[in-house]
Amino acid sequence: MKYVNEFRDPQTAQALIKEINRLCRSNSRIVPTSEKPLKLMEICGGHTHSIFKYGIEAALPDTIELIHGPGCPVCVMPRGRLDDAIALAEQPNVIFTTFGDAMRVPGSKKSLLQAKAEGADVRMVYSPLDALPIAKENPDREVVFFGIGFETTAPSTALTILQAEAEGIKNFSIFANHVLVVPALEALLNNPDLQLDGFIGPGHVSTIIGTKPYQVISETYHKPLVVSGFEPLDILQSIVMVLQQLADGRCEVENQYSRLVQAKGNKVALDAINKVFTVRDEFEWRGLGNISQSGLKIRENYALFDAEVKFTLPNRQVADAAACQCGEILKGVLKPWRCQVFGTACTPENPIGTCMVSSEGACAAYYKYGRLSTVGKQVKIKKTEAKVVN
Amino acid sequence: MCLGIPGQIVEITDANNKLALVNVGGVKRQVSLACIVDEEHPIESCLGDWVLVHVGFALNRIDESEAAETLKMLQEIVALTS
Repeated sequence: MKYVNEFRDPQTAQALIKEINRLCRSNSRIVPTSEKPLKLMEICGGHTHSIFKYGIEAALPDTIELIHGPGCPVCVMPRGRLDDAIALAEQPNVIFTTFGDAMRVPGSKKSLLQAKAEGADVRMVYSPLDALPIAKENPDREVVFFGIGFETTAPSTALTILQAEAEGIKNFSIFANHVLVVPALEALLNNPDLQLDGFIGPGHVSTIIGTKPYQVISETYHKPLVVSGFEPLDILQSIVMVLQQLADGRCEVENQYSRLVQAKGNKVALDAINKVFTVRDEFEWRGLGNISQSGLKIRENYALFDAEVKFTLPNRQVADAAACQCGEILKGVLKPWRCQVFGTACTPENPIGTCMVSSEGACAAYYKYGRLSTVGKQVKIKKTEAKVVN
Repeated sequence: MCLGIPGQIVEITDANNKLALVNVGGVKRQVSLACIVDEEHPIESCLGDWVLVHVGFALNRIDESEAAETLKMLQEIVALTS
């Protein structure tokens, strides 16, 4: 496939891995060791998925540790908002439409899939636009779309509201849960538990917002960030670019994904977001807590399309299951296999936590693609620690 | 969630609603071009463009010369390391 196959060439990947090894070995500014590796965070769940799918983590030297960030909208969805979505879906007159990603996310008592099994009219759609014909075919019922995702997905929700308005569809609304990537990064950088050396920036979010919003990361927090594509060569080249910045003593925002990302982003999409949405004072993120100015809500002049205005919702904050350690995993301070329920009580078939639900979640990626050599290494370390203790 | 797949616009199906048929790896699907149409790029001019498709919308055009430039830089690394 054009624009895909060219970026999956194994020989080029080997050359990039050689260059990564060279940069780790040969520069006096960065002297990582396997005991104190460089910590690079890939923010986006799409990158996490690619890193595991193509075995990138295993191919890197052990002087580089990839930390899997919170850029998976399903993973950061708090249980209280899920409960609100399920409460909406269970209203007798509602047809609840959602992307497939959100169907199996556990709320405090059930998931949307379980609500559907119990009789709620929950329908999976490919695009928010697909909800509009459902609304037109069912004029006596209210069709609600579960709007989730970062800035990548927010324009599609906004444009769907504008389309509903243009067509005079009144029985359609959005339960908006769109979140913003930069405030989440700042929350991570303000967390003293997490020491990061650089970032692989989210490619598709950046097609919308451009590269300028990340300047706070380089200028205020002095961390290099490289906006990256999703193919294996994209990710490897981005790692090279971050290492090169560290070697040069630079902290800049660079763009590896220039075939799709422009500095200014996509004006049409940004205008649609700004027309329909405004920024919430704060929004709850699973694992990260409440982050100010980190979510989008529908503006008052589009209240007709706002499910939170049309319906009364439970609107409760619900703590995560006691056994679930998704919060620490999303912050990058705990490896998935160190979670007490990983692969035993919590599996993709029966997830307790959100990181095991989505294919972009770090737990699901470790479970599906296996990092047995890494896990084995950790087990050995644990055994060594035990010997020392004894 | 932020999954995007490259595809080529093969037919404008509804100019008023900015809808087009996009060929993604051999599968053709109707996609909204609302994010990529503006005064500079009227809908008729989009035919043949390569775009990134996400949840039924074309998010952006793929810049062929930038893609070639990235591939050239990758080849330079291959040359340096071999």
